[in-house]
Amino acid sequence: MKEIHVTDISAAVTRLCVDACCRLPADVRAAFAERQRTEPSPVGRDILGQLMQNADIAADEMMPICQDTGLAVVFADVGQEVHIIGGDFAEAVNEGVRRGYVDGYLRKSSVAEPLFERKNTGDNTPAVLHVRLVPGDGLRLRLAPKGAGSENKSVVKMLVPADGIEGVRKVVLDAVLAAGPNSCPPMVVGVGLGGTMELAALCAKRAAARDLASRNADPRYAAFEDELLTLINRTGIGPQGLGGRTTALKVHVEWAPTHIASLPVAVNINCHAARHAEVLL
Amino acid sequence: MSDDVKRIRAPFDEATARSLRAGDRVLISGTILAARDAAHKRLTEALARGEKLPVDLRGQVVYYVGPSPASPGHVIGSAGPTTSGRMDAYTPTLIEQGLRGMIGKGYRKPEVVEAMKAHGVPYLAAVGGAGALIARSIRKYDVLAYEDLGPEAVAALEVEDFPAIVVIDSTGNNYYETGQAPYKEL
Repeated sequence: MKEIHVTDISAAVTRLCVDACCRLPADVRAAFAERQRTEPSPVGRDILGQLMQNADIAADEMMPICQDTGLAVVFADVGQEVHIIGGDFAEAVNEGVRRGYVDGYLRKSSVAEPLFERKNTGDNTPAVLHVRLVPGDGLRLRLAPKGAGSENKSVVKMLVPADGIEGVRKVVLDAVLAAGPNSCPPMVVGVGLGGTMELAALCAKRAAARDLASRNADPRYAAFEDELLTLINRTGIGPQGLGGRTTALKVHVEWAPTHIASLPVAVNINCHAARHAEVLL
Repeated sequence: MSDDVKRIRAPFDEATARSLRAGDRVLISGTILAARDAAHKRLTEALARGEKLPVDLRGQVVYYVGPSPASPGHVIGSAGPTTSGRMDAYTPTLIEQGLRGMIGKGYRKPEVVEAMKAHGVPYLAAVGGAGALIARSIRKYDVLAYEDLGPEAVAALEVEDFPAIVVIDSTGNNYYETGQAPYKEL
């Protein structure tokens, strides 16, 4: 059994927070450059250029790419051979978030309770923590800080099997059209299909946080990702909603088995910063 | 969109506000006001109670921003625009108080556009998610009111060549619509 101390978990989370918020992932930057070559709109090309310039300044000065450094969404895949020692796992993750956001000059955007007081917790905790128990003796932490401009445009629809592929296309397209410039396009669109309501939403979130070079392992779903991307880039929304053919950089689909009577569809949009960082302990 | 970049001063006088056209690229210098969700709520609640506002809105240009904290050696952290639509419920009231311009990102409700047309107010967009780049045009950050709101406090921002695009002008022309139309293929 491999032992991992909570202080190592906290330190790793702190580094992930600062890295994810201040360094644009290389795959996202590469997508900007590629799209800048093909984008027909001069305004769109100009905006993509500004986003690359912004990423350079952010990395040089270790300043956040975007001021909305989001809620800290943490995916933890915990190997079943791992023994976490020295304290409470969730608190260790929160301590990492606290230090990352306070010491890293990131914005604290978390309110303790959603409806009445909405008082800021002051340190961006708690993290939104999704834990999976997996085989092996590793502990994989993936952090995807999520801003509200794009998160607020998320959708869950409970379709029925008869709605089929056409129904899914419409839900995704409607979500993108409703999001428009609000979710800071060019976006990364995460689509979750199947499962139950909450599982579809989680699939969409995992999809939105995937590396840009990734494709769904099932070729039918990979082809569907490409088809949805083509469709979304025909909306005309373009970079920042000011017109163009680069509305989305990628569409990712994740799916789960579902009920004979259900076809849940969830859409989780990520802004162009598409922040993610990962570490294996 | 015009190729020329217009240099303008903030606060806006009426002539400047009305001269801006949807699609114009501008560089703003002068002083703009930072305010977002919680500050808008407090300002309109104060007006509803018949109180005097802590800032005079006449001629002011509001920037919907909640910056990240300044690290040592900087006046401000990352400071890009937030989604304007969340301010729609409060905006017509503030326009009636003399607000002359708005900078944010995203669509506005028809009632906001009507208030803009009635009072000669333009709406501009800054590039969302370009917070580190935009921070370079901000020279000073002074909290004016509601300090307890942290990043949501009302602040005066001294800016030099702050880049923005006019998306809805004071006659209601909308660059989100005209800019997207040529690329729409659905």
